[in-house]
Amino acid sequence: MFIRKPQQLTENAVTDWALYQRRREFLRGMAGVILLGAGWPGRAAVATSPRPADDPPNSWEDITSYNNFYEFGTGKGDPARNARTLQTSPWDVVVDGECTRPGKYPLEDLLKGMAIEERIYRLRCVEGWSMVIPWQGFELGRLLKRFEPTSRAKYVRFETLLDPKQMPAQQGDVLDWPYVEGLRMDEAMHPLTLLATGLYDKTLPNQNGAPLRLVVPWKYGFKSLKSIARISFVTEEPETTWNRLSPEEYGFYSNVNPEVPHPRWSQARERRIGEFSKRKTLMFNGYADQVASLYAGMDLSLYF
Amino acid sequence: MASSLLGRQTAGRVPAWLWLLLFCAGLLPFLHGLLGVWLHWLGANPVEAVTRASGDWALRFLLLTLLMSSLRRRLGWRLGVRLRRMLGLYAFFYAVVHVLLYLWLDQFFDWVAIGEDILERPFILAGLLAFLALLPLALTSTRTMMRRLGPRWKALHRLVYAAGLLAVLHFWWMKESKSDVSEPLLYAVLLGLLLLERLVARGHPAD
Ligand code: HEM
Repeated sequence: MFIRKPQQLTENAVTDWALYQRRREFLRGMAGVILLGAGWPGRAAVATSPRPADDPPNSWEDITSYNNFYEFGTGKGDPARNARTLQTSPWDVVVDGECTRPGKYPLEDLLKGMAIEERIYRLRCVEGWSMVIPWQGFELGRLLKRFEPTSRAKYVRFETLLDPKQMPAQQGDVLDWPYVEGLRMDEAMHPLTLLATGLYDKTLPNQNGAPLRLVVPWKYGFKSLKSIARISFVTEEPETTWNRLSPEEYGFYSNVNPEVPHPRWSQARERRIGEFSKRKTLMFNGYADQVASLYAGMDLSLYF
Repeated sequence: MASSLLGRQTAGRVPAWLWLLLFCAGLLPFLHGLLGVWLHWLGANPVEAVTRASGDWALRFLLLTLLMSSLRRRLGWRLGVRLRRMLGLYAFFYAVVHVLLYLWLDQFFDWVAIGEDILERPFILAGLLAFLALLPLALTSTRTMMRRLGPRWKALHRLVYAAGLLAVLHFWWMKESKSDVSEPLLYAVLLGLLLLERLVARGHPAD
């Protein structure tokens, strides 16, 4: 598990930043070679520097400038450019469905008594790239218990805010708004499942899903929906946005799985942002020890 | 590329400055990519950025190539047709860069994975076919080849339409899974207009 205390992170982030920069240098070196001929001995040395075996966090800049958040446009740079219009306070979350304490809760009330902790997680996008992100947040399960879900609650359904004034791309119809995602109850209650409120010890930027977003590190990134406005306890598997749009491409579970290719590209490898060569994608994004038991007996090529 | 550079109508020589201007302009996207990687202009995923940009420019130059004879027919602008070979070769140049980037930085020359990619993914197959359609056009773009092939040259160079259609299809299928076909749709419309113009022109033997 990737759980570290904030103090450790700060120290870590500094050394890792240097490594990250060195890896970046390689690509730059290549461009330099093409641009200026091969006469760059200093760069050639960089090209052979070994890659670290561990997972240093990506830079703040990369994490906050390369986002999929279709509510602000389909380009990766669109959210950072356009998400200023999102009003994150005041912020209410509607809680409804199979629970004894439904209601409309102001964000402050939800955060009350929640100790914020540091979680450094890998994030693997279904498109084939990945990052390592130092989140701040709390376990989703701890919040869900407060609403006292009944025994009929089998799934949790989440909605992103629906407000075309704040989220301009909702005026178009690229997706069916609002964005809907869902988890099975045991997935939602799993200790790895996080609600994030910050990253790199700063308030979550709008483009990363402020003020409250889901982080499910063993699933493809689109399952971790952003800017949550509604949480519902439901009895049936909820219809989720991408799954409804293209069920053969995006399954309800969407667990990271190198053996089940997306119809249009392989999922066997991934490009870690900032790295030159590709990495092998790990089963359940490297969290198999913690989560594989949730899916015991399931055919993962059927329930992808 | 679609018909002979030495067409029936003599268009006059291309002024050297215009030739040079276009030559330099055509290199700009390439330089932008190189400098962008070098100076960090391209954001968090420079490999993706240059792969996409090279594909975009291959398609754009392809459409520009097709536009030239339409401009001659519709506006009587003849110089464009004389610049067509350069535009076509730039389309090919960016297609080569695009394919090399895919082979190297996407697949790292893993030929088994590349073979699987082609067989299993229609979007990759369409790109490959578009590339294979461009290849003989580039190889026969010299004056010598033009003369040697005679009337067959013109027939061969109709492959440019296949390349255009396949490239748009390639783009479309790639974007479809991201639920955003607005860009490929734009290219499809532009290509459609260029093809339509040719259909209409068939009824006007003046060209
Ligand atoms: C063997 C041949 C080809 C292969 C393997 C190939 C591969 C690819 C791949 C993997 C992408 C997706 C890049 C990404 O998602 O980041 C792509 C995009 C694209 N390709 Fe190709 N391609 C080929 C040939 C061509 C040709 C010949 C053209 C044009 C004449 C072309 C035009 C494009 C365009 C326009 C895009 C979309 C760029 C964007 O998103 O803006 N491709 N290609």
